[in-house]
Amino acid sequence: MKAIFIASALAVCMLPPAMAQKSAAISAIEEYRALLADGNPAELFEAKGADLWRQKRGPKKASLEACDLGLGAGVVKGAFVQLPRYFADTSRVQDLESRLLTCMSSLQGLDEKAIAKTAFGKGEQKNVTALATWIASESRGETFKLPQAHSQEKAFYEVGKRLFFQRGGPHDFACASCHGSDDQRIRLQDLPNLTKNPGDGIGFAAWPAYRVGNGQMWGMQQRLNDCYRQQRFPFPGFGSDATIALGVYLGVNAAGAKSIAPALKR
Amino acid sequence: MADPMRIRAQANGNKATVRVLMSHEMESGQRKDSSGAAIPAMHITEVSASLNGKVVMTSDWGPAVSKNPFTQFTIKNAKAGDKVAITWKDTKGDTRTDEATVS
Repeated sequence: MKAIFIASALAVCMLPPAMAQKSAAISAIEEYRALLADGNPAELFEAKGADLWRQKRGPKKASLEACDLGLGAGVVKGAFVQLPRYFADTSRVQDLESRLLTCMSSLQGLDEKAIAKTAFGKGEQKNVTALATWIASESRGETFKLPQAHSQEKAFYEVGKRLFFQRGGPHDFACASCHGSDDQRIRLQDLPNLTKNPGDGIGFAAWPAYRVGNGQMWGMQQRLNDCYRQQRFPFPGFGSDATIALGVYLGVNAAGAKSIAPALKR
Repeated sequence: MADPMRIRAQANGNKATVRVLMSHEMESGQRKDSSGAAIPAMHITEVSASLNGKVVMTSDWGPAVSKNPFTQFTIKNAKAGDKVAITWKDTKGDTRTDEATVS
């Protein structure tokens, strides 16, 4: 009798705590997401991006097919999971979106600075997002393996780490305030711990993503812009070294995580 | 000109499940721009589906349908190789038709 009692008490203790905590609300949200995932509108942006890559555009009437995303000119497959990285031709570390700006300027003759200043979702920025969506989709299911061989890449990782933990602004916030430990949430959204690999398709491995709530397609730059907005910080600027350094930090931490981008978000 | 739709049609027995993703702003007419002026409504009003050229479904849509809408329905007596065409019309009079093959 006693032995049975002990055995059943043990069984209760062994229940994983996460399962006991998972509320009906969270499983309902997961069900809603699964329903939506069937018709992810990101596919529309993928198709648009694939088209833009091959289209002859800009003052130089050229396509982006000769663009080097880090694996050689024109190689798209697998490039996304190794960005941001150091590029010898521009002598700087670049993420996908800033690299696209370089290509749009060098190959097509478009004004890189003017595009960087354009508001998200307007004019050429829409095209940058569509291109980033398609390029990310070409590496879906691959695991992140950002290069850290170049000294600049190592330096950017360290800078990104400091930016991640740097507190400031009217709320004395840092990225780490919300994303520095496990099991944090904001309202009903679970927040990933971005100081380590948060798992396949979570955090860095989910963007670009389509946001159902506002019907917008967001790249990583816009995602970071929104993080800064929520912290009441000024945005360091599209394709700035600060945002790229943060990207290197998040990307290196996510090593081994599978990319599901372009994902679908609330 | 409107962007293309994504249509997937899958046969299952003598039925085919059709899933359509349309690229459309679906402006409801309820929103205001930054200067406070109402943004005029501009949404899809009519969606029709045809199987091998014969109309099998029509629907009237209003302003409450989301941006980039997704719709799913089943067509009876459809088999692999059949052609499914979807057409939408919006309040501007703009229209777009895309076709897919049942697989």
